[in-house]
Amino acid sequence: MNIIVCIKQVPNTTDVRIDPVTNTLIRDGVESVINPFDAYAIEEAVRLKERCGGKVTALTMGPPQAENALKEAISLGCDEGILVSDRKFAGSDTWATSYTLAAAIKKIGDYDVILCGKQASDGDTAQVGPGISAHLDIPQVTYVKKIREIDEKTAKVERMTEEGYDVVETPLPCLLTVVKEINTPRMPSLKGLMRAKAAKPLKWTADDLEADPAALGLDGSPTRVVKIFTPETRKGGELISGSSAEVAKELAELLKGEVI
Amino acid sequence: MASIKILLDKCTGCTLCVKACPFGAIHMADRKAVIDMAKCTLCGACAAACKFSAIELAKAGGPKKDLSAYKDVWVFCEQKKGVVQSISFELLGEGRKLADKLGVKLAAVLLGGGMEEVAEKLGERGADKVYLVDHPALKAYQDDPYTEVLVKLAEEYKPEVILCGATTIGRSLVSRVAIKIGAGLTADCTELDIDPKERLLLQTRPAFGGNIMATIITPNHRPQMATVRHKVMKEAPVQPGRQAEIVSKTYPEETFASRTRLLDIVEEIGATVNISEADIIVAGGRGMGGKENFPLLEELAKVLNGAVGASRSAVDADWIPYSHQVGQTGKTVVPKLYIACGISGQIQHLIGMQSSKVIVAINKDPDAPIFKVATYGIVGDVSEIVPALTREFKRVLNK
Amino acid sequence: MDYLLTEQQTMIRDLARKIAQEKIKPVAAHYDETEEFAWPIMKILADSDLFGVYLPEQYGGLGGGIMDMCLVTEELSRACGGIALGYAGTGLGTLPILLHGSEEQKKKYLPDIAKGKRLAAFCLTEAEAGSDAGAMRTSARKEGDKYILNGTKQWITNAGEAEIYTVIAITDKTKGIRGASAFIVEKGAKGMEFGKKEKKMGIRASATREVIFTDCEIPAANLISKEGMGFIVALKTLDTSRPGVASQAVGIAQGALDCALDYSRTRVQFGQPISSFQAIQHMLADMATQLEAARALTYATARMSDSGAKAMSKDSAMSKLFASEMAMKVTTDAVQIMGGYGYMRDYPAEKFMRDAKITQIYEGTSQIQRNVIAANLIKETLKK
Repeated sequence: MNIIVCIKQVPNTTDVRIDPVTNTLIRDGVESVINPFDAYAIEEAVRLKERCGGKVTALTMGPPQAENALKEAISLGCDEGILVSDRKFAGSDTWATSYTLAAAIKKIGDYDVILCGKQASDGDTAQVGPGISAHLDIPQVTYVKKIREIDEKTAKVERMTEEGYDVVETPLPCLLTVVKEINTPRMPSLKGLMRAKAAKPLKWTADDLEADPAALGLDGSPTRVVKIFTPETRKGGELISGSSAEVAKELAELLKGEVI
Repeated sequence: MASIKILLDKCTGCTLCVKACPFGAIHMADRKAVIDMAKCTLCGACAAACKFSAIELAKAGGPKKDLSAYKDVWVFCEQKKGVVQSISFELLGEGRKLADKLGVKLAAVLLGGGMEEVAEKLGERGADKVYLVDHPALKAYQDDPYTEVLVKLAEEYKPEVILCGATTIGRSLVSRVAIKIGAGLTADCTELDIDPKERLLLQTRPAFGGNIMATIITPNHRPQMATVRHKVMKEAPVQPGRQAEIVSKTYPEETFASRTRLLDIVEEIGATVNISEADIIVAGGRGMGGKENFPLLEELAKVLNGAVGASRSAVDADWIPYSHQVGQTGKTVVPKLYIACGISGQIQHLIGMQSSKVIVAINKDPDAPIFKVATYGIVGDVSEIVPALTREFKRVLNK
Repeated sequence: MDYLLTEQQTMIRDLARKIAQEKIKPVAAHYDETEEFAWPIMKILADSDLFGVYLPEQYGGLGGGIMDMCLVTEELSRACGGIALGYAGTGLGTLPILLHGSEEQKKKYLPDIAKGKRLAAFCLTEAEAGSDAGAMRTSARKEGDKYILNGTKQWITNAGEAEIYTVIAITDKTKGIRGASAFIVEKGAKGMEFGKKEKKMGIRASATREVIFTDCEIPAANLISKEGMGFIVALKTLDTSRPGVASQAVGIAQGALDCALDYSRTRVQFGQPISSFQAIQHMLADMATQLEAARALTYATARMSDSGAKAMSKDSAMSKLFASEMAMKVTTDAVQIMGGYGYMRDYPAEKFMRDAKITQIYEGTSQIQRNVIAANLIKETLKK
């Protein structure tokens, strides 16, 4: 089974802080990590490989340093990595990003399952996974929390909904986006880390892809940012003190009418 | 190819762009801004921030398209088991305002099986028109037929704007539709407005985990599509007797074909537990001390007609299932009241709940970061205060 | 301080740190409270290849040495000294085989240990034979191609959880300590039983039990080295393992210092963080300095051991003595800096303090280490 897992390198939100004076993001020392949701996709891909045999290819689009994300993926059990990187991709919104990744996947050619995290922690759009499946015109199941059965032809999965889950059967090849509930990602192994250190992920530029230049990067992006601003930061309010009964009474008084 | 450059004669060295850049790609040299191309993603934040038009973001776009054929604001009305979901009423409320600003009609789009009566009721929620596609294959959501039908409708009727809930269904559906019809799509908007001159939808959404807000437009593509978070917009009021024109569409059978098969729908959680729908959430974290204390939260939630939420550490400790998790790797919630019990307030948790209208924090550590966002803070032991609140609310609400 | 680790050692340290911070830290209080053995963590350590860092490559290890084992032990201890002991105790139980075992024994046991499939334990102490190991009573009698073991080993780390036990027993009573021999006993051997789990002050996530042999039969091939070599095997094992205990102490102290440092920067009293008070600053400075000195001594000793040094009883005793005394002091000071919060179980400081205490006691008390150091000092003078 050939599995492609799409990942993204994002700033670690644990480190993201706001400068209280200038109200801007403090970026110094913010390390780049694999999007937390993609970690579940990587783990599921490696588990699928362990279950069905085959190969896992990690794919990412990003700046040259996104190679580190691919190496990390390899240390976690992926077999190889492909970095799609070019200045021409700069400014891509989700439309152009999914177009570019789909073009890279077409170049890889042989695949049965594409796995993505449900969304990226920096953009939070959840649009790129479905976008890729639309560009490739393959079936998708989003928010997968369990792969019940899978063989060369079909997969039976549980798709998380607001109320519970749907059981969905999909033919392969297909694209699945996964949620946290699907697994607990493993830690890298030392042997995996050593393999990752030696690994040389493939690097593809725009010229390596069969893609319409007008559909790449900012030019290929229908949306455009016109304003960025810091939201009004929430201010801590008043502290209520006293015995349990007293604070309960005061709080009920404060909330009455307003929210309850 | 698109490019960005600093117009040196206009740059005053004011450093506004340095502060605006979310990627740290701009620094000052000789009192002029310099862009580090290795870091720049052409996001345009600097150009938007510059007061002197000194940053030129050039796009190799073709000739400006004639977009005048596109009109009306559409709201995709999500239904489950034949019941229109409340998010759709919120979108109709917001859509009404946008349609009025644009001077166009508001249309509801309803896909389902046996939905005629439901469709007629949508006029009472402010829709001028209802596009109804009624077919047994559309009873429950499936990606393929829903995408196909919405694409066909949009191609035929050319809406200017399509709004959809940022729900699991909405996000899966419109992401595919936007690709197929070459539309711009902005996720998870918390604020929408219209630029009446350019007829642009101004879509504002949080980015970087809510640390910054971005306003996004779709200048040269139509429709302009957006998903909107739950509980952000006000529900459209019911106007009894108000009628909408029903446009009932049929399509050839193959339009409804699906490659995936829906085998079963399992409902695990009742409405009281669905935290993204709840108006009131009582949430617990590590400070609850253990699984045995979670019933205290359930009792309080019950009295308030709310749902129980949890922080990641409580979920990781197996005190409560993942479906209750609020925060970055869980759900983003915007209830009217969020009561955080024994939750310290790590950034990942705050991301998921800091837009709540009123936040009450109960924690024994007075320095816990949760107090920095709480409307009302109570320093103390959750195991004493939560039951006291339950008793008090029971009394106040006459339960 | 930069200890000029090799690239592989840096990788090992970083991975152990990641596992400690992400997987062990969140559950440390839970295992301390419940006194359960942290099998899920052992599984993670196994899957990450950490059990094999100090074992030769031909047995499935990564070809490192005691230094590598120390790096892992230190990082794990920084999150939980008890859980770290499941790892370090396996190292201790493995050393007799690694240092004195036959090629067959190494081939048979080391690969499973390297993979983390089986844990190990070292059985030396008895009720009447603590510091005075010579008073040991457990006996091994040869019968044909078997040895029959009788006796009870006490306070055995990993007992009940481990599958491979290296046991020191008397084969010839007439020769005193020169009549001791070392054996490999696999869990499940007939006549081998475990006592109830001990309730301890600290390192509560580690399993400590009696190992009871009642006419326990093992193959004669399980004798390590030769009859009569048991005491040498034990001493050499302890000489080699003491830097491991030292690194556990260093890790525990580091965990406590991290905790106190964090707290001092966020705790506000008299309108400012307590870290701005000189009284606190000087305590923190002393803690960090002593800690670094202990770490330097520990690493130097581990590297000396890996370089093949023969006589290192004194040096390894020094590292263990200095590091464990330091750990007790630093963890006590961490609790002090945190005041009332430090004393509460809601914060990990008091646990570090409880965990630190054992490092002054096991694998030779601080007093025994001083005996060893002094004896060697005097011996060295006589040689001159």
